[in-house]
Amino acid sequence: MNELPQQLVNGLLLGSMYGLVAIGYTMVYGIVQLINFAHGEIFMTGAFGALTVYVYILPDGTSMWIALPLMLIGAMIVAVGVAVGAERFAYRPLRGAPRLAPLITAIGLSLALQQAVWAWYPDAKSARTFPQIDGGPFHIGSVTIQTGDIFLLVAAPVSMALLAYFVMRTRTGRGMQATAQDPDTARLMGVNTDRIIVIAFALGAVFAAVGAVANGLKYGQIDFKMGFILGLKAFTAAVLGGIGNIYGAMIGGVVLGVAETLATAYIADIPGLDKFGSQSWADVWAFILLILVLLLRPQGLLGERVADRA
Amino acid sequence: MRQRSLIAITAALAAGALTLTACGSRDDDGGSDSGNGGGTTVVIGVDAPMTGDLSALGLGIKNSVDLAVKTANKEKYVEGVTFEIEALDDQGQPSVGQQNASKFVADKDVLGVVGPLNSSVGESMQKVFDSAGLVEVSPANTGPSLTQGPDWRTKKVRPYKSYFRTATTDAIQGPFAAQYVYNDANKKKVFVIDDKKTYGAGLAATFTEEFKKLGGTVVGTEHINPDTKDFSSVATKVKNSGADVVYYGGEYPQAGPLSKQIKEAGAKIPLVGGDGIKDDTFIKLAGTGSDGDLATSVGAPVEELDSAKKFVADYKAAGYKEGYAAYGGYSYDSGWAIIEAVKKVVEDNDGKLPDDARAKVTAAMQNVSFDGVTGKVSFDEFGDATNKQLTVYAVENGAFTAVKSGTYTG
Repeated sequence: MNELPQQLVNGLLLGSMYGLVAIGYTMVYGIVQLINFAHGEIFMTGAFGALTVYVYILPDGTSMWIALPLMLIGAMIVAVGVAVGAERFAYRPLRGAPRLAPLITAIGLSLALQQAVWAWYPDAKSARTFPQIDGGPFHIGSVTIQTGDIFLLVAAPVSMALLAYFVMRTRTGRGMQATAQDPDTARLMGVNTDRIIVIAFALGAVFAAVGAVANGLKYGQIDFKMGFILGLKAFTAAVLGGIGNIYGAMIGGVVLGVAETLATAYIADIPGLDKFGSQSWADVWAFILLILVLLLRPQGLLGERVADRA
Repeated sequence: MRQRSLIAITAALAAGALTLTACGSRDDDGGSDSGNGGGTTVVIGVDAPMTGDLSALGLGIKNSVDLAVKTANKEKYVEGVTFEIEALDDQGQPSVGQQNASKFVADKDVLGVVGPLNSSVGESMQKVFDSAGLVEVSPANTGPSLTQGPDWRTKKVRPYKSYFRTATTDAIQGPFAAQYVYNDANKKKVFVIDDKKTYGAGLAATFTEEFKKLGGTVVGTEHINPDTKDFSSVATKVKNSGADVVYYGGEYPQAGPLSKQIKEAGAKIPLVGGDGIKDDTFIKLAGTGSDGDLATSVGAPVEELDSAKKFVADYKAAGYKEGYAAYGGYSYDSGWAIIEAVKKVVEDNDGKLPDDARAKVTAAMQNVSFDGVTGKVSFDEFGDATNKQLTVYAVENGAFTAVKSGTYTG
């Protein structure tokens, strides 16, 4: 049986997840040139926010059709709260400090958030189960799609389109573009750059929250460490697509996800490479791809469209 | 400028990764003040992952040793000696484990250490303990090379005299699973997956060897990346391979999602694993599809042994927050073995600890023999447990149920 269509769908799903998280990295980088390493943990707290809504706020047995929008809102509130708090108390005092200071702060914040959830969230010392949508799976030709994945397939393009509209068409969005191009001039032109930066953090967190709910639905579990590796991958996706470019983040994510999946599925079939084909090598192939792309296009896949930076 | 910023990003990423692996909380119980108010204090070290995704197993180990120590103190089992535990967290990482080992060695009140959980961590600690002559008893390490040397298949040589374990080895567990899968469950085509760690890869290798010998076919192999939760592409490969069973060498944080995703991909075949997946968290993570999955584990089921009933009751009474998990009984026995050895040394020395207590305890450990939670506890010439009983468990209605106990005879 030909497994290529299924593997492409697997890669697309994984990549959409990377892309949703990558947007947070790319927006913050585009505006303040900060690599927000704590973004993976913002994603993780979003997932726990959604779980809190389902387990501790809604009555038992609430239908997922009612629960899901509320969980999404819960995830966003928590993620945005954490992100804005981080911006206000961890990064803003360091604005104007050497580039390395906020970076180290971000790493410290990332560890602190992980440990805080580990220590204080009930039963978070091992993975917690995440509610699932009943029904499915769906079969389209030789491709199987899980019910939980439908959310991701719908949410990723929709939120992407909304973001594009926001950045291109609204006043605040144009303010973001201006700040990205030149913060000093933007301020002189009357753009409230502090507000713009907070909005960039908040928007990134909203996307992370959508990704977090999708992640919970897809894998059926969340844990305090889930943001670290995913954050690293999403950051890679952002660099691959051209950091600072919001479309690049999504495309970089999908390329990375598909590359990892195909490497797992097919590298082992190439004669002589059977030792390097398993999933444990998928990261290696993904990073080889990243290096190749950066050698040929140092600005990343879409990095050229500077005007779209936001 | 672009190039420069990319270099900065790469450097930052590398630095970030290094920082995150190298640092971590060290669960320090503040050392041990030998309160010389009426006797000697002997500290038993415990090393296990107490944070991270293996913490369910690690905390079970810590609590069980704690129970052994409390029991000994209450019964005044060794006259004039009060036991204490000092627990350190290794996060499942060999580098952290080695630092912990050095810390135990430096504290002269420590006369024995129980742990660690992971075979790979065990490898990094052995030499540190052996140089100091400090005895180490692992309740959970199953890698054969730890006691029988790297060439254990052909020539068994014990590498470290101070290392003992109450768990049986993968050299027994893998083949035992293969025999059950081939003969009892009647599955002939296997897809073998491991996580490339000492424990997982070793288990998968010994399983594969025996399964082939019995006449079964291996239709595919795969090594997963334990850092991820997305095994969808592996699951698709399993489905298309036509396997009727999956063997996984590894631990439950990966085995749970792996089992779930294989079933979701449309392959309704059981996943079989070793003691590393025999934890309730596995069932929680794998979901309802895990019914029919199998796990082998060392020893007979703790709940069914008469010798274990007291342990289970005492553990409940002590009111620990976490369950005793897969290795509770073995951890209690490991702790008790050290207590027995200390008792012997103290009694041979007119009720006092000798100056070279560590060496004497190590020597005494070789001849320790008592009826423990998991049955008779004693060690062979390699430091391995003489009790070689194993049990196959199947997931039924969301719980592990023992289906077959036996002794592997080769």
